[in-house]
Amino acid sequence: MSIAASLRLPRLPLSRRERAGYAFVLPCVVFTTVFFLVPLAMTLWMSFNHWPLLGKPNFAGLANYLDLLHDESFWSALWFTTRYTLVVTPAIFLLAFILALLVHRAVRFVGIFRTAYFLPVVIGMTTASLLWWWMFNDQVGIFSAVLMDLGLIDEPVQWLGETNSALASIVVMVLWKAAGFTMVILLVGMQAIPQDLYEAARMDGARWLQQTRFITIPMMRRTFALALTMSVIGSYLAFEQFFVLTKGGPMNSTISVVHWIYRASFTYFKLGYGAAMSVVLLLILLVLSVVQMYLLRDESE
Amino acid sequence: MSDIVTNESLAYSESVPAATAAALAHSARARFTLSRRARDTLGGTLYYVVCVALTLIFLFPIAWSAFTSFYTPAEAMASPPVYWPSRLSVQNYRSLAEYGHGIWRYLWNSSAVTLLTVALTLVLATLGGYGFSRFRFPGRNIIFVVILATLMIPFQSILTPLFILLRILHLQDTLIGLALVYTTFQLPFAVFMLRNAFDAVPREVEEASLLDGCTPMRSLLLVMLPLVKPGLVTAGLFAFFGSWNELLAALILMGDAKNFTLPVMLLNAQSGHMGAVNWGLMQAGITISILPCALLFLLLQRYYINGLIAGAVKA
Repeated sequence: MSIAASLRLPRLPLSRRERAGYAFVLPCVVFTTVFFLVPLAMTLWMSFNHWPLLGKPNFAGLANYLDLLHDESFWSALWFTTRYTLVVTPAIFLLAFILALLVHRAVRFVGIFRTAYFLPVVIGMTTASLLWWWMFNDQVGIFSAVLMDLGLIDEPVQWLGETNSALASIVVMVLWKAAGFTMVILLVGMQAIPQDLYEAARMDGARWLQQTRFITIPMMRRTFALALTMSVIGSYLAFEQFFVLTKGGPMNSTISVVHWIYRASFTYFKLGYGAAMSVVLLLILLVLSVVQMYLLRDESE
Repeated sequence: MSDIVTNESLAYSESVPAATAAALAHSARARFTLSRRARDTLGGTLYYVVCVALTLIFLFPIAWSAFTSFYTPAEAMASPPVYWPSRLSVQNYRSLAEYGHGIWRYLWNSSAVTLLTVALTLVLATLGGYGFSRFRFPGRNIIFVVILATLMIPFQSILTPLFILLRILHLQDTLIGLALVYTTFQLPFAVFMLRNAFDAVPREVEEASLLDGCTPMRSLLLVMLPLVKPGLVTAGLFAFFGSWNELLAALILMGDAKNFTLPVMLLNAQSGHMGAVNWGLMQAGITISILPCALLFLLLQRYYINGLIAGAVKA
């Protein structure tokens, strides 16, 4: 008993209540272990192997990681994903902040507005991408047709045919799809600001712009950090929008990291190499999560 | 006097977004000699113009696709597109019924996987959430943190091993296998949600039932469960949207076309038949895949938003 205690092992025997506790959480533990922790360990292990889809894997040490260092496609995918993140995050944030300001008041119909701005969030990214892929189409798409009818363009535009306009098109689609989500996050932050701050400011003659600048924005610093980091994390994992809208083209210029991992693993069947890239992606996201937790830390502690 | 007002608001709308201008015009400060009521009406009108315009923009793609799905196939494929159909038709839905293994097959696949995921997630998260909330046992906090920490690891990075693992478990290319994987992805949020829900139930409620001789399981099912219903609805909704809309895992884990879920089937329809895309069929498919999500959200949005808030507060 004393040895067990000194080793900090659980005190034995367990009480009935403790055993019941283990029994209740056991199914969750089993699922998380079998379908998450084990595959996670396998990803790590696979990244040190040459691993074909069929046939025997063989140990390769750091070979996959060394290949990765010299793989231009991977670095360009990483750079493209970063660029996409840097463009889409502020865009979503700005639109969402405006939307949140609009729907942050108790007026008639505001519930309808909120619902409408949020609705695209619950549509799947694949479905949304296919929908916009259709609207962006130069033959049957609505955008080119309307612009031509208005006389703004002379012939249909290949929105997705050129890298920069493809990126811009995807950003527009993602704005539509994701702004509502950030809007709600910001709205929650706005509504947590004590109303008497605004009343006091009004007493002092602060105008709306000043109230926004000196009360709303400073009081929402943590909410801003949350919204921005969530959006960065989501953008680094972007896949469907590129897979559907551009298929990585033109000339592989819009391949995101997840798309490239998918391709390496399931088009070229280099599973070990895909695993090595997954590990890199995982590390990037862990760093982002740590940054998020740092920014959101409770300053009172 | 009204000239000054117009210039003033023009200046604003150049430097700040229209929304801000609207709210500015609406703010209650007596700067202009224009009557308060006139100013409020002006600002109010501008506010509603902006909000309604945005509403139309946000709803347009969904409405346009749904509308086009009722065009005749020929008009749905017309180039340039037809703004107003000569007549309505359900032919696109008929074609969809015969596409590949038939839309009913894909609908069944998606529904089966989704409902199984929702059910499993709720059962596991109820048990787990209750366990973490009401019982003390060695390692409790560590186990809880590990389950939550899986949220920080992108599931995209473990799909290849899952593919191999399902093969070993003889669950490869099965709807059950996919549902088990989805359940695991949904667990951390659901357990978190349910633990919070159980935490919010006063201990006395449960203690009374235990004193009456209930086992913990009976107490959970008869006394506690009805009290955490909102948490269950929220966790269930997230599991629904997550699995109904998921593409990448389904793409990797499902090989046989007859096991495809709706998103994978739609992706196949995108590549078209001999290079020609059946646009009307695509819109019918898109509409069908949006419909359950939109309906569930409209009916239960309070619970969904509560989930977002809980997640935001946690972070």
